[in-house]
Amino acid sequence: MGQQAINGIFLGRIYALFAVGYTLVFGVLDIINLAHQAIFMLGAFCALVLVGELHLSIAVAFPIAVLFSGALGILLDRIAFRPLRGRAYSNMSGLISSIAVATLFEAIALQFFGPDTSRFPFGTFPERPLRLGGAVVSTLQLCIVAISVVLMVVLTYLLRRTRLGRQIRAVAESPRAARILGIDVDRVIAASFFISSALGGAAGVLFALAFNSLSPDIGRSVELKGLAVIILGGMGSVPGAVIAGFAIGLIEVFTVAKLGSSYRDAVSFAVLFLVLLIRPRGLLGRVALREA
Amino acid sequence: MLLALDGVERAFGGVRAVDCTSFAVREGEIHGLIGPNGAGKTTLLNLISGLLRPSSGSIKLADRRIDSLAPHQIAALGVSRTYQNIRLFPALRALENVLVGEHLVRRAPLWKRLFFLPGARAEEQAARTRALTLLERVGMRERAGARAQYLSYGEQRRVEIARALASNPRLLLLDEPTAGMNAAEVTSVAALIRQVAKEGHSVLLVEHNVRLVMDVCEQITVLNFGKVIADGAPQAIAQDPAVIAAYLGNED
Amino acid sequence: MSTLGDLFLTYQSVISFVGIDALLALSVYATLCCGQLSLANAGFMAIGAYAAALLTLHTKLPFAAVLLASALAPAVFAVPLGLPVLRLRGIFLAIATIGFGEVVRLALVNWDYTNGALGLVAIPQRAQLWTIYLVLVIALFLFSRLRGSKIGYALESIREDETAARTMGINTTLAKLSMFVFGAALAGVAGGLEAHFTFMVAPSGYGFSRVVDMLVYAVVGGVATYLGPPVGAAFMTLLPEVLRGLGESVGLAPGPLRLFVSGAILLAVVLFLPNGIISLPLLFAAVRMRRERG
Repeated sequence: MGQQAINGIFLGRIYALFAVGYTLVFGVLDIINLAHQAIFMLGAFCALVLVGELHLSIAVAFPIAVLFSGALGILLDRIAFRPLRGRAYSNMSGLISSIAVATLFEAIALQFFGPDTSRFPFGTFPERPLRLGGAVVSTLQLCIVAISVVLMVVLTYLLRRTRLGRQIRAVAESPRAARILGIDVDRVIAASFFISSALGGAAGVLFALAFNSLSPDIGRSVELKGLAVIILGGMGSVPGAVIAGFAIGLIEVFTVAKLGSSYRDAVSFAVLFLVLLIRPRGLLGRVALREA
Repeated sequence: MLLALDGVERAFGGVRAVDCTSFAVREGEIHGLIGPNGAGKTTLLNLISGLLRPSSGSIKLADRRIDSLAPHQIAALGVSRTYQNIRLFPALRALENVLVGEHLVRRAPLWKRLFFLPGARAEEQAARTRALTLLERVGMRERAGARAQYLSYGEQRRVEIARALASNPRLLLLDEPTAGMNAAEVTSVAALIRQVAKEGHSVLLVEHNVRLVMDVCEQITVLNFGKVIADGAPQAIAQDPAVIAAYLGNED
Repeated sequence: MSTLGDLFLTYQSVISFVGIDALLALSVYATLCCGQLSLANAGFMAIGAYAAALLTLHTKLPFAAVLLASALAPAVFAVPLGLPVLRLRGIFLAIATIGFGEVVRLALVNWDYTNGALGLVAIPQRAQLWTIYLVLVIALFLFSRLRGSKIGYALESIREDETAARTMGINTTLAKLSMFVFGAALAGVAGGLEAHFTFMVAPSGYGFSRVVDMLVYAVVGGVATYLGPPVGAAFMTLLPEVLRGLGESVGLAPGPLRLFVSGAILLAVVLFLPNGIISLPLLFAAVRMRRERG
């Protein structure tokens, strides 16, 4: 039982990390960024290339991959979202625009890495199982938890204590008001994309390490799971995404244990439906519709 | 009484936007609803048209309770409205906007169109003619083919009135129909309102233009902070100390 | 002579797929035209496809009846799904419908009666080019009659401003549900046609990427009128065929190239041609008019 809980926590961490990026962009732009999963995937491949081709250690490759992902996020904003600002129906256009860029990213990944599964070279991460209580935990899992906790803490600090964080929250509240207050909304949005994509890329590297498999379509399965997480947590709420990530990770693991693995993915969607029907704003989401 | 509000309340969070409000509108009456900004006038219109539910109290249309009905049901009972922020259908032409307004009075089942029955064509012609006539009444016939988003502010307001009249309503709710209009336009709207009332429609007119309201309305209800502070004929209202205090007091 | 026959067969196949994709694009348009972004149609397509396949494999029903069933089966699911889900605002509706699609796919993957992930094979080819295009023409006819009708205007008004539409006496819930069900039926019949054209059905063909494709066809074609989505479907389906030859000569693998070009076209349309390909003639006309005015 405890073992399941540990696996659930660990899986949940990755979902949470992925979902936080999703929800950050939604909070600021009112758009679901469907290219997030593609950056998740490219971040993982970046780390793979750095470790596999350039023989860097994972400890060096990880931050580089994270920064690379952040940069991709800024690029994404520049080409797919910024030109649409101020247009009517911008939510739907933004959604489709993000689908377009996701497709481009996937095509690039397919071209360079092929459709088959790639793996990190053996020895990328020293595997050392530890006993914790009655459960077995690998150093990799501990590391993943530790890294994601650090990233969350940094993000929370950033949002609550720094000027940029305040500006992000202001724009999320009302871009028009933020502009009147003199905030450079475009710059804030770009920064949000950087942070969101960096986290997404981090989640991607951790995911690829955890399961030791990488292919251009790993983003797809996590993408839909991520939607369930942000719906449960509440769109636009970072703490909500964290809690919900855990919840879904745990629910999944327990479902597999009790009902078998074929129900694993279905249960996330069951949760998604229930939340949307009963309490669409999720655990911690905002009630009011955003002002323009 | 065509429209009767009794003890209607509506709160948002802790704020009572409408606080125990009661008044009535008679058949064929032009009834004004005035008050300083934020007094709750638009909220009342939203309550009457069914976009909001009152937290307590009742709203009756010809002795029938409507406060728990859906907006389209209330519209079907003969209530039509315009909006403070103008809610025309932007991509639709002026004529098409008014056609949509005719929705409730049109009998146009789709299957007739599917089989190209002549009755369908005739009905469509009749609907278009009615719409053009309405646009003529508000002086917008020449602009019938223009898309609503390209019309000027005053033009949009006029089309919105035409659209609201298209369903031949018993009760017409007008939310600041003359905002942003010049004096000539206001005069023509006033004339239109009088004409409309003479044809048997009742009008509930929310306005900031107090002169217009005094001029056109037979009864006026004055709101402040969601409460009715005066209710009566224009001359009485003009001299009511509470009304004067409310308006002067809010001019700080 | 046989190569010519082969050539025709190849093109016939592509043109048939264009017809099916056009139906799918229209199925998404059905809800888009009243302002709802519903991404459930891959799930409805699957239901229609499987229903049709099962009927053909286990009964002696004529093909017309099978196709009718492939339209009705998803419609039956669409009603109880649509009622709660269409109340949700924009993005939540999109996500809920994505969820539905995934649930259908997962259910099929786990359903042993239909061989789970392997699906059903050896479905006789009962759908010809003309059957597909007959259904497409009927669908286009229905849309053409809808446009300019009282209901058609009501749907447009819902797209523009649902609240205002409600206060005009339009039962927006009923209208949206009707189009949701209509879209489901279209997707279902497209699924039924495809199943009898490609000889097989399998859950992998009805995943999230399938409904994204449908949305792309509609958007690239243009969603202002019902003619846009079929044009978009034709364009996006024919393009990879055209590119295949080009790509091979340049040495790029066809898969990534096709994907890249799809993405690039989609992005270009969203950024520069927001009303879709179908608005190109209007654009040219406007440019010419401006030039004539000098």
